[in-house]
Amino acid sequence: MSALKINKNNFDLVINSDKPVLLDFYAEWCGPCRMVSPLIEQIADENPQYLVGKINVDEEPELAAQFGVSSIPLLAVVKNGKIVNKSAGAKPKHQILALLEG
Amino acid sequence: MEHIYDVIIIGGGPAGYTAALYAARAGLDTLIIEKMAPGGQMTLTGDIDNYPGFDEGIDGFTLGMKMQQGAEKFGAKTEYTEIISVDFSEKIKHVTTYDGTRHAKAIIIAAGAHPKKLGIPDEEELTGMGVHYCAHCDGRFYKGKTVAVIGGGNSAVADALYLARLAKKVYLVHRRDTLRAEKIYQKPLSEAENVEFVFNSTVNSIINDNGIKGIVVSSNDGKVKEIECDGIFVSIGRQPSTGFLGNEIELDSNGYIIADETTKTNIDGVFAAGDIRTKALRQVITAAADGAVAAHYAEKYNSQN
Repeated sequence: MSALKINKNNFDLVINSDKPVLLDFYAEWCGPCRMVSPLIEQIADENPQYLVGKINVDEEPELAAQFGVSSIPLLAVVKNGKIVNKSAGAKPKHQILALLEG
Repeated sequence: MEHIYDVIIIGGGPAGYTAALYAARAGLDTLIIEKMAPGGQMTLTGDIDNYPGFDEGIDGFTLGMKMQQGAEKFGAKTEYTEIISVDFSEKIKHVTTYDGTRHAKAIIIAAGAHPKKLGIPDEEELTGMGVHYCAHCDGRFYKGKTVAVIGGGNSAVADALYLARLAKKVYLVHRRDTLRAEKIYQKPLSEAENVEFVFNSTVNSIINDNGIKGIVVSSNDGKVKEIECDGIFVSIGRQPSTGFLGNEIELDSNGYIIADETTKTNIDGVFAAGDIRTKALRQVITAAADGAVAAHYAEKYNSQN
């Protein structure tokens, strides 16, 4: 499955998910975001046990504010509707997976 | 026996992919190991307007992708993984990654550099949450706010100029009394009305009260003062990314790999290209030039060994 585009209308999918959720806050103009996004797609593809979503901070400023985003890419892990982990900056795949497992 | 490449290139920035282009085009069996995505530090800037051939400028990410495609056209392969350690003690050299160990006759180290940190309390904890190293990436979150840029070189001044267009107020904190930046950067800066210079000053600490509220700076004459701001952008230079190397390769006192214009290191068959090497000017084009030279000598090494 590819990463799901999340906006404020379908944000319930994140809150109500039974699976741990990985969210990638990004923007089109951000180089490091473009570095991370293929990794996010791979993780979505290879890990059906997670829900993987991406949020465009330009289109969804309210969601970005809700997560306190002041740096992108920002990766956030949500479990049972709660933010359990947040990490700013591009990072290799194994480190992104560690955020989900931690 | 496991596959042995003619050359493994560590790092997929301009040095790495130029080396890959030259090596693959010369018929060498070439693998690039890249931690994340092509481009390296180029992806952290906006438009690059000092790489020839792109008269309208090109963004760093796109240039990185183009360099990769150019090398892959001739058969270079890229593996996306991070290196844990290397072993260059034998004729066949080994590179251990999170996805297994790879082997090659020659190695080109082109892992680049990353931003230096201030080394003050709370810096790590607030990274991405008020402390930033990439104005182009994070500047937009400071629209109408107050920020401080730390540094006085070209990239600090470019950051301050970029931020001055977004933020209400920009402080430029520099430890000397003049900027090191080239004139082309300085003129627009002196015309920017919302930039205030704080010279002869270093940052002591961050005022952290559930997020950044300001910084404490001390000036060379011993005076200490607080500067209120919502975020800081650190641009005090770079340090070479040699953490995975161990101590086989000789480094200089600043941590750069000792190699001259031939890119040869102290180990036969191991070359260093781009920002990671001791050199006078660190630019996309000088990194690319190093890549071509390193590939040339790696090819020569392959034919003699």
